[in-house]
Amino acid sequence: MRVLIEHLTKHYLDRRGAATEALEDINLAVEENEFVAVVGPSGCGKSTLLNLIAGLLSPTSGQVIFEGKKNSSQPQTAVVFQDFALFPWRTVYKNIIFGLEERGASHAEQQEIGRKYIQMVCLQGFEQKYPHQLSGGMKQRVSIARALAMDPLLLLMDEPFSALDAQTRTLMQYELSRIWEETRKSFLYITHNIEEAVFLGDRVVVLSRRPGRILDIVDIDLPRPRGEDLTLGKTFLDYVDRIWRQIKDQAREALEDKGDGDG
Amino acid sequence: MATDNPLPPKTPPSPPPEKMVVRHKAYFLKKKDYPGLSLISFCLLLVLWECTGRFQWVPSLFLPAPSAVLVEGWAMIKTGMMFKHLLASLSRILWGFLIACSLGLVIGLLIGSFRFFEAIGNPIIAATFPIPKIAILPLLILWLGIGEAPKVAVIVLGVFFPMVINVYTGVKNVDPLLIKAALSLGSTRTRIICKVIFPSILPMIFAGMKLGMGIALLLVVAAEMVGADAGIGFMIMNAADLMQTQKLMVGLVMLSLLGIFFNWLFERLERMVIPWKK
Repeated sequence: MRVLIEHLTKHYLDRRGAATEALEDINLAVEENEFVAVVGPSGCGKSTLLNLIAGLLSPTSGQVIFEGKKNSSQPQTAVVFQDFALFPWRTVYKNIIFGLEERGASHAEQQEIGRKYIQMVCLQGFEQKYPHQLSGGMKQRVSIARALAMDPLLLLMDEPFSALDAQTRTLMQYELSRIWEETRKSFLYITHNIEEAVFLGDRVVVLSRRPGRILDIVDIDLPRPRGEDLTLGKTFLDYVDRIWRQIKDQAREALEDKGDGDG
Repeated sequence: MATDNPLPPKTPPSPPPEKMVVRHKAYFLKKKDYPGLSLISFCLLLVLWECTGRFQWVPSLFLPAPSAVLVEGWAMIKTGMMFKHLLASLSRILWGFLIACSLGLVIGLLIGSFRFFEAIGNPIIAATFPIPKIAILPLLILWLGIGEAPKVAVIVLGVFFPMVINVYTGVKNVDPLLIKAALSLGSTRTRIICKVIFPSILPMIFAGMKLGMGIALLLVVAAEMVGADAGIGFMIMNAADLMQTQKLMVGLVMLSLLGIFFNWLFERLERMVIPWKK
Protein backbone atom coordinates (compact mmCIF):
# COMPACT_ATOMS: atom_id res chain seq x y z
CA MET A 1 0.00 0.00 0.00
CA ARG A 2 1.41 3.35 -1.04
CA VAL A 3 0.33 6.63 0.39
CA LEU A 4 0.22 9.47 -2.10
CA ILE A 5 0.14 13.04 -0.95
CA GLU A 6 -0.87 15.18 -3.90
CA HIS A 7 -0.67 18.96 -4.10
CA LEU A 8 -1.62 19.22 -0.46
CA THR A 9 -2.20 22.84 0.57
CA LYS A 10 -3.60 24.22 3.78
CA HIS A 11 -4.45 27.82 4.53
CA TYR A 12 -5.81 28.87 7.90
CA LEU A 13 -8.17 31.78 8.22
CA ASP A 14 -7.80 33.88 11.31
CA ARG A 15 -10.61 35.80 12.97
CA ARG A 16 -10.23 38.78 10.68
CA GLY A 17 -10.38 36.49 7.68
CA ALA A 18 -6.71 36.85 6.79
CA ALA A 19 -5.21 33.65 5.43
CA THR A 20 -2.09 32.05 6.88
CA GLU A 21 -0.49 29.65 4.50
CA ALA A 22 0.59 26.65 6.54
CA LEU A 23 1.42 24.22 3.74
CA GLU A 24 1.97 24.87 0.06
CA ASP A 25 1.72 22.18 -2.60
CA ILE A 26 3.17 19.17 -0.80
CA ASN A 27 3.77 16.16 -3.04
CA LEU A 28 5.10 13.02 -1.47
CA ALA A 29 4.72 9.27 -1.65
CA VAL A 30 5.28 6.99 1.30
CA GLU A 31 6.11 3.53 0.01
CA GLU A 32 5.07 0.31 1.68
CA ASN A 33 7.24 -0.53 4.71
CA GLU A 34 9.04 2.75 4.51
CA PHE A 35 10.07 4.97 7.38
CA VAL A 36 9.75 8.59 6.27
CA ALA A 37 10.86 11.31 8.65
CA VAL A 38 9.68 14.87 8.12
CA VAL A 39 11.89 17.56 9.56
CA GLY A 40 11.54 21.31 9.49
CA PRO A 41 11.98 24.48 11.50
CA SER A 42 9.30 25.46 13.99
CA GLY A 43 6.22 26.85 12.34
CA CYS A 44 6.61 24.94 9.09
CA GLY A 45 3.27 23.18 9.30
CA LYS A 46 4.65 19.75 10.15
CA SER A 47 1.79 19.00 12.50
CA THR A 48 -0.68 20.37 9.99
CA LEU A 49 0.64 17.88 7.46
CA LEU A 50 0.17 15.03 9.90
CA ASN A 51 -3.34 16.12 10.85
CA LEU A 52 -4.28 16.33 7.18
CA ILE A 53 -3.04 12.81 6.53
CA ALA A 54 -4.84 11.54 9.65
CA GLY A 55 -8.10 13.11 8.46
CA LEU A 56 -8.24 15.35 11.51
CA LEU A 57 -8.12 18.49 9.33
CA SER A 58 -9.47 19.23 5.89
CA PRO A 59 -7.06 20.45 3.22
CA THR A 60 -7.63 23.71 1.36
CA SER A 61 -6.72 21.85 -1.78
CA GLY A 62 -5.05 18.61 -2.78
CA GLN A 63 -5.65 15.16 -1.38
CA VAL A 64 -4.21 12.16 0.37
CA ILE A 65 -4.72 8.81 -1.31
CA PHE A 66 -4.10 5.28 -0.08
CA GLU A 67 -3.30 3.22 -3.16
CA GLY A 68 -3.44 -0.55 -3.26
CA LYS A 69 -5.60 -3.46 -2.19
CA LYS A 70 -7.56 -2.75 0.94
CA ASN A 71 -7.72 -5.21 3.79
CA SER A 72 -11.06 -4.48 5.38
CA SER A 73 -10.06 -4.44 9.04
CA GLN A 74 -7.04 -2.21 8.61
CA PRO A 75 -7.62 1.49 9.29
CA GLN A 76 -5.74 3.95 7.13
CA THR A 77 -3.85 5.66 9.89
CA ALA A 78 -3.22 5.70 13.62
CA VAL A 79 -1.57 8.60 15.37
CA VAL A 80 1.00 8.80 18.16
CA PHE A 81 0.66 12.28 19.64
CA GLN A 82 3.34 14.42 21.21
CA ASP A 83 1.49 14.68 24.51
CA PHE A 84 0.63 10.97 24.60
CA ALA A 85 -3.14 11.55 24.64
CA LEU A 86 -3.72 8.50 26.82
CA PHE A 87 -7.14 8.05 28.39
CA PRO A 88 -6.47 8.69 32.08
CA TRP A 89 -9.40 6.51 33.21
CA ARG A 90 -8.10 3.47 31.35
CA THR A 91 -5.31 1.22 32.48
CA VAL A 92 -2.32 0.60 30.24
CA TYR A 93 -3.93 -2.54 28.85
CA LYS A 94 -7.30 -0.86 28.33
CA ASN A 95 -5.63 2.05 26.55
CA ILE A 96 -3.82 -0.28 24.19
CA ILE A 97 -6.95 -2.20 23.21
CA PHE A 98 -9.10 0.94 22.78
CA GLY A 99 -8.91 0.83 19.00
CA LEU A 100 -9.63 -2.89 18.96
CA GLU A 101 -12.79 -2.32 21.01
CA GLU A 102 -13.92 0.33 18.57
CA ARG A 103 -13.29 -2.04 15.67
CA GLY A 104 -15.43 -4.67 17.39
CA ALA A 105 -12.66 -7.21 17.79
CA SER A 106 -13.50 -10.27 19.87
CA HIS A 107 -12.38 -10.48 23.47
CA ALA A 108 -9.83 -13.16 22.66
CA GLU A 109 -8.42 -11.13 19.80
CA GLN A 110 -8.13 -8.06 22.02
CA GLN A 111 -6.19 -10.05 24.58
CA GLU A 112 -3.90 -11.63 22.04
CA ILE A 113 -3.06 -8.41 20.24
CA GLY A 114 -2.88 -6.47 23.47
CA ARG A 115 -0.37 -8.91 24.93
CA LYS A 116 1.70 -8.89 21.76
CA TYR A 117 2.18 -5.13 21.73
CA ILE A 118 2.64 -4.82 25.48
CA GLN A 119 5.52 -7.20 25.00
CA MET A 120 6.85 -5.29 22.01
CA VAL A 121 7.06 -2.02 23.93
CA CYS A 122 8.36 -3.80 27.07
CA LEU A 123 5.50 -2.91 29.40
CA GLN A 124 4.91 -6.35 30.92
CA GLY A 125 3.89 -5.97 34.53
CA PHE A 126 2.38 -2.52 33.98
CA GLU A 127 -0.85 -3.67 32.32
CA GLN A 128 -3.06 -2.64 35.24
CA LYS A 129 -1.39 0.70 35.97
CA TYR A 130 -3.07 4.00 35.17
CA PRO A 131 -1.27 6.56 32.98
CA HIS A 132 -0.62 8.95 35.86
CA GLN A 133 1.43 6.21 37.52
CA LEU A 134 3.83 6.02 34.56
CA SER A 135 6.88 8.05 33.53
CA GLY A 136 6.82 10.05 30.30
CA GLY A 137 8.78 7.43 28.41
CA MET A 138 6.43 4.69 29.49
CA LYS A 139 3.38 6.76 28.58
CA GLN A 140 4.72 7.18 25.08
CA ARG A 141 5.33 3.43 24.83
CA VAL A 142 1.67 2.88 25.67
CA SER A 143 0.70 5.36 23.01
CA ILE A 144 2.92 3.63 20.44
CA ALA A 145 1.50 0.22 21.36
CA ARG A 146 -2.03 1.60 21.12
CA ALA A 147 -1.38 2.86 17.60
CA LEU A 148 0.42 -0.31 16.51
CA ALA A 149 -2.40 -2.50 17.84
CA MET A 150 -4.68 -0.86 15.27
CA ASP A 151 -2.45 -2.30 12.55
CA PRO A 152 -2.86 0.84 10.44
CA LEU A 153 -1.69 1.12 6.85
CA LEU A 154 0.37 4.14 7.87
CA LEU A 155 1.51 4.96 11.38
CA LEU A 156 1.74 8.69 12.02
CA MET A 157 3.93 10.08 14.76
CA ASP A 158 3.78 13.75 15.73
CA GLU A 159 7.01 14.68 17.52
CA PRO A 160 6.40 11.75 19.84
CA PHE A 161 9.52 12.21 21.93
CA SER A 162 9.70 15.98 22.29
CA ALA A 163 7.87 15.94 25.62
CA LEU A 164 10.55 13.62 27.03
CA ASP A 165 13.87 14.53 28.60
CA ALA A 166 16.95 14.25 26.41
CA GLN A 167 18.21 10.97 27.82
CA THR A 168 14.88 9.21 27.68
CA ARG A 169 14.44 10.59 24.21
CA THR A 170 17.68 9.00 22.97
CA LEU A 171 16.73 5.65 24.44
CA MET A 172 13.27 5.84 22.93
CA GLN A 173 14.81 6.46 19.51
CA TYR A 174 16.74 3.20 19.76
CA GLU A 175 13.58 1.51 20.92
CA LEU A 176 11.50 2.88 18.09
CA SER A 177 14.13 1.86 15.56
CA ARG A 178 13.95 -1.69 16.92
CA ILE A 179 10.14 -1.65 16.85
CA TRP A 180 10.11 -0.51 13.26
CA GLU A 181 12.49 -3.26 12.30
CA GLU A 182 10.22 -5.77 14.02
CA THR A 183 7.02 -4.53 12.41
CA ARG A 184 8.23 -3.06 9.11
CA LYS A 185 5.17 -0.90 8.78
CA SER A 186 4.93 2.36 6.90
CA PHE A 187 5.80 5.16 9.31
CA LEU A 188 5.54 8.89 8.86
CA TYR A 189 7.48 10.56 11.60
CA ILE A 190 7.33 14.29 12.29
CA THR A 191 10.16 15.89 14.21
CA HIS A 192 12.20 19.07 14.51
CA ASN A 193 15.26 17.09 15.54
CA ILE A 194 17.55 16.41 12.58
CA GLU A 195 19.63 13.70 14.27
CA GLU A 196 16.44 11.90 15.16
CA ALA A 197 15.15 12.13 11.61
CA VAL A 198 18.40 10.78 10.14
CA PHE A 199 18.74 8.08 12.76
CA LEU A 200 15.24 6.73 12.22
CA GLY A 201 14.36 7.45 8.61
CA ASP A 202 14.82 5.68 5.31
CA ARG A 203 14.12 9.06 3.80
CA VAL A 204 14.10 12.48 5.36
CA VAL A 205 11.75 15.11 3.97
CA VAL A 206 13.00 18.63 4.69
CA LEU A 207 10.28 21.26 4.96
CA SER A 208 10.74 25.01 4.66
CA ARG A 209 9.36 27.63 6.96
CA ARG A 210 5.79 28.81 6.56
CA PRO A 211 4.38 28.30 4.10
CA GLY A 212 5.77 24.77 4.39
CA ARG A 213 7.21 23.53 1.12
CA ILE A 214 9.41 20.52 0.49
CA LEU A 215 12.98 21.79 0.28
CA ASP A 216 14.66 18.45 -0.18
CA ILE A 217 14.15 14.73 0.18
CA VAL A 218 17.25 12.94 1.43
CA ASP A 219 17.66 9.17 1.06
CA ILE A 220 19.39 7.91 4.17
CA ASP A 221 21.65 5.08 3.16
CA LEU A 222 22.65 3.75 6.55
CA PRO A 223 22.68 0.08 7.51
CA ARG A 224 20.06 -1.41 9.76
CA PRO A 225 19.68 -2.38 12.52
CA ARG A 226 20.75 1.03 13.61
CA GLY A 227 22.33 1.42 17.00
CA GLU A 228 24.27 3.77 19.16
CA ASP A 229 27.53 3.56 17.18
CA LEU A 230 25.84 4.86 14.09
CA THR A 231 25.36 8.35 15.48
CA LEU A 232 29.11 8.78 15.84
CA GLY A 233 30.01 7.79 12.27
CA LYS A 234 30.96 10.21 9.55
CA THR A 235 28.18 9.28 7.13
CA PHE A 236 25.58 9.97 9.78
CA LEU A 237 27.07 13.32 10.64
CA ASP A 238 27.33 14.27 6.98
CA TYR A 239 23.62 13.67 6.52
CA VAL A 240 22.85 15.73 9.60
CA ASP A 241 25.11 18.51 8.41
CA ARG A 242 23.59 18.53 4.94
CA ILE A 243 20.09 18.91 6.33
CA TRP A 244 21.10 21.45 8.96
CA ARG A 245 22.61 23.66 6.25
CA GLN A 246 19.27 23.78 4.50
CA ILE A 247 17.27 24.52 7.59
CA LYS A 248 19.67 26.76 9.48
CA ASP A 249 18.72 30.13 8.01
CA GLN A 250 15.06 29.34 8.14
CA ALA A 251 15.27 28.24 11.75
CA ARG A 252 17.00 31.52 12.56
CA GLU A 253 14.24 33.45 10.84
CA ALA A 254 11.71 31.48 12.83
CA LEU A 255 13.55 32.36 16.01
CA GLU A 256 13.49 36.07 15.24
CA ASP A 257 9.90 35.93 14.14
CA LYS A 258 8.14 35.84 17.45
CA GLY A 259 5.88 33.06 18.50
CA ASP A 260 3.80 31.75 15.65
CA GLY A 261 3.73 28.16 16.71
CA ASP A 262 3.46 25.05 14.68
CA GLY A 263 -0.23 24.37 13.98
CA MET B 1 59.56 59.71 47.88
CA ALA B 2 59.71 56.82 45.51
CA THR B 3 61.19 53.69 46.83
CA ASP B 4 61.31 50.50 44.93
CA ASN B 5 60.13 48.32 47.71
CA PRO B 6 59.19 45.00 46.10
CA LEU B 7 56.79 44.16 48.92
CA PRO B 8 53.29 45.58 48.82
CA PRO B 9 52.58 48.01 51.59
CA LYS B 10 51.76 46.20 54.76
CA THR B 11 48.08 46.19 55.56
CA PRO B 12 46.73 45.37 58.96
CA PRO B 13 45.46 41.75 59.09
CA SER B 14 42.02 41.76 57.58
CA PRO B 15 39.18 40.97 59.95
CA PRO B 16 37.69 37.48 59.58
CA PRO B 17 35.08 37.48 56.78
CA GLU B 18 31.57 37.99 57.90
CA LYS B 19 29.44 34.87 57.58
CA MET B 20 25.89 35.21 56.43
CA VAL B 21 23.82 32.06 56.69
CA VAL B 22 21.01 31.71 54.18
CA ARG B 23 17.71 31.91 55.99
CA HIS B 24 14.64 30.02 54.91
CA LYS B 25 12.35 32.74 53.64
CA ALA B 26 9.46 30.54 52.61
CA TYR B 27 9.00 29.01 56.05
CA PHE B 28 5.37 30.08 56.27
CA LEU B 29 4.50 28.20 53.09
CA LYS B 30 5.31 24.94 54.78
CA LYS B 31 2.20 23.30 56.03
CA LYS B 32 2.06 23.15 59.77
CA ASP B 33 -0.22 20.75 61.54
CA TYR B 34 -2.08 21.58 64.68
CA PRO B 35 -2.97 18.10 65.85
CA GLY B 36 -6.17 17.97 67.83
CA LEU B 37 -6.86 21.68 67.59
CA SER B 38 -10.02 21.15 65.55
CA LEU B 39 -11.40 18.77 68.11
CA ILE B 40 -10.43 20.91 71.07
CA SER B 41 -11.91 24.11 69.67
CA PHE B 42 -15.11 22.31 68.75
CA CYS B 43 -15.43 20.85 72.24
CA LEU B 44 -14.69 24.23 73.79
CA LEU B 45 -17.52 25.76 71.78
CA LEU B 46 -19.87 23.03 73.03
CA VAL B 47 -18.78 23.62 76.61
CA LEU B 48 -19.31 27.36 76.25
CA TRP B 49 -22.74 26.73 74.79
CA GLU B 50 -23.58 24.37 77.65
CA CYS B 51 -22.52 27.06 80.13
CA THR B 52 -24.91 29.57 78.62
CA GLY B 53 -27.71 27.24 79.61
CA ARG B 54 -26.33 25.96 82.92
CA PHE B 55 -25.60 29.40 84.33
CA GLN B 56 -28.65 31.00 82.77
CA TRP B 57 -26.59 33.46 80.74
CA VAL B 58 -29.20 33.13 78.06
CA PRO B 59 -32.76 31.99 78.77
CA SER B 60 -33.13 28.41 77.56
CA LEU B 61 -36.20 29.41 75.60
CA PHE B 62 -33.88 31.25 73.21
CA LEU B 63 -30.90 28.94 73.34
CA PRO B 64 -31.30 25.56 75.01
CA ALA B 65 -28.12 23.89 76.19
CA PRO B 66 -26.70 21.08 74.06
CA SER B 67 -27.46 18.57 76.78
CA ALA B 68 -31.12 19.60 76.67
CA VAL B 69 -31.12 19.25 72.88
CA LEU B 70 -29.58 15.82 73.24
CA VAL B 71 -32.23 14.72 75.73
CA GLU B 72 -34.97 16.01 73.47
CA GLY B 73 -33.41 14.21 70.51
CA TRP B 74 -33.27 10.95 72.42
CA ALA B 75 -36.90 11.34 73.37
CA MET B 76 -37.83 11.92 69.73
CA ILE B 77 -35.94 8.81 68.69
CA LYS B 78 -37.81 6.76 71.27
CA THR B 79 -41.22 8.02 70.21
CA GLY B 80 -40.32 7.44 66.55
CA MET B 81 -41.02 11.07 65.69
CA MET B 82 -37.50 11.68 64.50
CA PHE B 83 -37.60 8.71 62.19
CA LYS B 84 -40.91 9.80 60.73
CA HIS B 85 -39.73 13.33 59.91
CA LEU B 86 -36.36 12.16 58.67
CA LEU B 87 -37.93 9.60 56.36
CA ALA B 88 -40.39 12.14 54.97
CA SER B 89 -37.62 14.61 54.14
CA LEU B 90 -35.22 11.96 52.85
CA SER B 91 -37.67 10.44 50.43
CA ARG B 92 -38.45 13.87 48.94
CA ILE B 93 -34.75 14.63 48.64
CA LEU B 94 -33.87 11.30 47.07
CA TRP B 95 -36.65 11.35 44.50
CA GLY B 96 -35.96 14.93 43.54
CA PHE B 97 -32.24 14.36 43.50
CA LEU B 98 -32.38 11.24 41.34
CA ILE B 99 -34.73 12.76 38.79
CA ALA B 100 -32.73 16.01 38.63
CA CYS B 101 -29.36 14.30 38.28
CA SER B 102 -30.53 12.04 35.48
CA LEU B 103 -32.17 14.92 33.63
CA GLY B 104 -29.19 17.19 34.21
CA LEU B 105 -26.76 14.58 32.96
CA VAL B 106 -28.65 13.75 29.79
CA ILE B 107 -29.50 17.35 28.90
CA GLY B 108 -26.00 18.56 29.82
CA LEU B 109 -24.43 15.95 27.56
CA LEU B 110 -26.78 16.85 24.72
CA ILE B 111 -26.30 20.60 24.82
CA GLY B 112 -22.58 20.19 25.41
CA SER B 113 -22.04 17.78 22.55
CA PHE B 114 -24.37 19.02 19.83
CA ARG B 115 -24.56 22.57 18.56
CA PHE B 116 -28.20 21.99 17.67
CA PHE B 117 -29.24 21.32 21.26
CA GLU B 118 -26.88 23.99 22.53
CA ALA B 119 -28.68 26.62 20.46
CA ILE B 120 -32.05 25.51 21.85
CA GLY B 121 -31.06 24.82 25.44
CA ASN B 122 -28.68 27.62 26.32
CA PRO B 123 -31.10 30.57 26.28
CA ILE B 124 -33.76 28.59 28.15
CA ILE B 125 -31.29 27.69 30.88
CA ALA B 126 -29.87 31.21 31.02
CA ALA B 127 -33.38 32.63 31.48
CA THR B 128 -34.62 30.17 34.12
CA PHE B 129 -31.45 29.61 36.12
CA PRO B 130 -31.46 32.97 37.95
CA ILE B 131 -34.97 32.49 39.38
CA PRO B 132 -34.73 31.42 43.02
CA LYS B 133 -36.37 28.04 42.88
CA ILE B 134 -38.34 28.58 46.07
CA ALA B 135 -40.15 31.41 44.28
CA ILE B 136 -41.55 28.86 41.86
CA LEU B 137 -43.04 26.78 44.67
CA PRO B 138 -46.38 28.65 44.74
CA LEU B 139 -46.74 28.07 41.03
CA LEU B 140 -45.86 24.41 41.48
CA ILE B 141 -48.46 24.08 44.23
CA LEU B 142 -50.99 25.69 41.92
CA TRP B 143 -50.16 23.16 39.24
CA LEU B 144 -49.52 20.03 41.27
CA GLY B 145 -51.60 20.44 44.41
CA ILE B 146 -50.30 20.37 47.94
CA GLY B 147 -49.09 16.77 48.13
CA GLU B 148 -45.62 15.39 47.60
CA ALA B 149 -45.39 16.41 43.96
CA PRO B 150 -44.62 20.15 44.31
CA LYS B 151 -42.03 19.46 47.03
CA VAL B 152 -40.23 16.92 44.88
CA ALA B 153 -40.60 19.18 41.86
CA VAL B 154 -38.99 22.15 43.54
CA ILE B 155 -36.03 19.96 44.51
CA VAL B 156 -35.81 18.69 40.95
CA LEU B 157 -35.61 22.28 39.74
CA GLY B 158 -33.02 23.22 42.32
CA VAL B 159 -30.71 20.27 41.71
CA PHE B 160 -31.14 20.22 37.94
CA PHE B 161 -29.37 23.52 37.32
CA PRO B 162 -26.04 22.95 39.05
CA MET B 163 -26.01 19.49 37.49
CA VAL B 164 -26.77 20.56 33.94
CA ILE B 165 -24.39 23.51 34.11
CA ASN B 166 -21.58 21.39 35.52
CA VAL B 167 -22.05 18.69 32.92
CA TYR B 168 -22.23 21.23 30.12
CA THR B 169 -19.08 23.02 31.32
CA GLY B 170 -17.36 19.67 31.71
CA VAL B 171 -18.20 18.62 28.17
CA LYS B 172 -16.96 21.94 26.82
CA ASN B 173 -13.66 21.46 28.65
CA VAL B 174 -12.90 17.90 27.61
CA ASP B 175 -9.32 17.75 26.33
CA PRO B 176 -9.71 18.01 22.53
CA LEU B 177 -6.58 15.92 22.15
CA LEU B 178 -8.37 12.94 23.72
CA ILE B 179 -11.22 13.36 21.26
CA LYS B 180 -8.73 13.49 18.40
CA ALA B 181 -7.02 10.39 19.77
CA ALA B 182 -10.33 8.52 19.93
CA LEU B 183 -11.18 9.62 16.39
CA SER B 184 -7.84 8.41 15.14
CA LEU B 185 -8.52 5.09 16.89
CA GLY B 186 -11.75 4.67 15.00
CA SER B 187 -14.41 5.98 17.42
CA THR B 188 -17.65 7.37 16.10
CA ARG B 189 -19.26 10.48 17.53
CA THR B 190 -21.70 8.68 19.82
CA ARG B 191 -18.99 6.30 21.00
CA ILE B 192 -16.87 9.31 21.90
CA ILE B 193 -19.65 10.64 24.12
CA CYS B 194 -19.77 7.34 26.02
CA LYS B 195 -16.09 6.46 26.06
CA VAL B 196 -14.29 9.80 26.22
CA ILE B 197 -16.63 12.59 27.27
CA PHE B 198 -18.53 10.76 30.00
CA PRO B 199 -15.47 9.51 31.90
CA SER B 200 -13.79 12.90 31.40
CA ILE B 201 -16.60 14.76 33.11
CA LEU B 202 -17.10 12.37 36.05
CA PRO B 203 -15.33 14.76 38.46
CA MET B 204 -17.63 17.56 37.29
CA ILE B 205 -20.66 15.31 37.78
CA PHE B 206 -19.64 14.67 41.36
CA ALA B 207 -19.04 18.37 41.95
CA GLY B 208 -22.54 19.02 40.60
CA MET B 209 -24.01 16.35 42.84
CA LYS B 210 -22.39 17.83 45.94
CA LEU B 211 -23.62 21.32 45.06
CA GLY B 212 -27.04 19.90 44.26
CA MET B 213 -27.36 18.08 47.56
CA GLY B 214 -26.72 21.31 49.46
CA ILE B 215 -29.49 22.97 47.49
CA ALA B 216 -31.79 19.99 47.96
CA LEU B 217 -31.46 20.23 51.76
CA LEU B 218 -32.24 23.92 51.61
CA LEU B 219 -35.26 23.48 49.37
CA VAL B 220 -36.77 20.52 51.16
CA VAL B 221 -36.82 22.47 54.41
CA ALA B 222 -38.29 25.53 52.74
CA ALA B 223 -40.96 23.52 50.96
CA GLU B 224 -41.90 21.67 54.13
CA MET B 225 -42.26 24.94 55.97
CA VAL B 226 -44.80 26.17 53.47
CA GLY B 227 -47.16 23.24 53.68
CA ALA B 228 -46.53 19.74 54.97
CA ASP B 229 -47.51 17.46 57.79
CA ALA B 230 -44.15 15.76 58.15
CA GLY B 231 -40.52 16.40 57.46
CA ILE B 232 -37.66 18.21 59.15
CA GLY B 233 -38.81 21.58 57.84
CA PHE B 234 -42.33 21.00 59.15
CA MET B 235 -40.91 19.84 62.46
CA ILE B 236 -38.81 22.98 62.86
CA MET B 237 -41.67 25.28 61.92
CA ASN B 238 -44.06 23.46 64.20
CA ALA B 239 -41.61 23.54 67.12
CA ALA B 240 -41.10 27.26 66.63
CA ASP B 241 -44.84 27.88 66.68
CA LEU B 242 -45.13 25.97 69.96
CA MET B 243 -42.01 27.63 71.42
CA GLN B 244 -40.33 24.21 71.73
CA THR B 245 -36.85 25.50 71.12
CA GLN B 246 -35.16 22.20 72.01
CA LYS B 247 -37.13 20.43 69.33
CA LEU B 248 -36.24 23.15 66.87
CA MET B 249 -32.57 22.70 67.69
CA VAL B 250 -32.87 18.95 67.18
CA GLY B 251 -34.06 19.73 63.67
CA LEU B 252 -31.04 21.93 63.01
CA VAL B 253 -28.66 19.27 64.28
CA MET B 254 -30.36 16.70 62.06
CA LEU B 255 -29.84 18.96 59.04
CA SER B 256 -26.19 19.46 59.90
CA LEU B 257 -25.66 15.72 60.28
CA LEU B 258 -27.49 15.04 57.01
CA GLY B 259 -25.24 17.50 55.18
CA ILE B 260 -22.12 15.94 56.64
CA PHE B 261 -23.35 12.46 55.82
CA PHE B 262 -24.09 13.24 52.17
CA ASN B 263 -20.76 14.97 51.73
CA TRP B 264 -18.97 11.95 53.15
CA LEU B 265 -21.03 9.63 50.96
CA PHE B 266 -20.18 11.52 47.77
CA GLU B 267 -16.50 11.67 48.64
CA ARG B 268 -16.49 7.91 49.15
CA LEU B 269 -18.42 7.30 45.94
CA GLU B 270 -16.13 9.59 44.00
CA ARG B 271 -13.04 7.75 45.13
CA MET B 272 -14.66 4.45 44.21
CA VAL B 273 -15.82 5.57 40.79
CA ILE B 274 -12.74 7.60 39.83
CA PRO B 275 -9.81 5.39 40.80
CA TRP B 276 -7.50 7.11 38.29
CA LYS B 277 -7.69 10.42 40.12
CA LYS B 278 -4.36 11.23 41.73
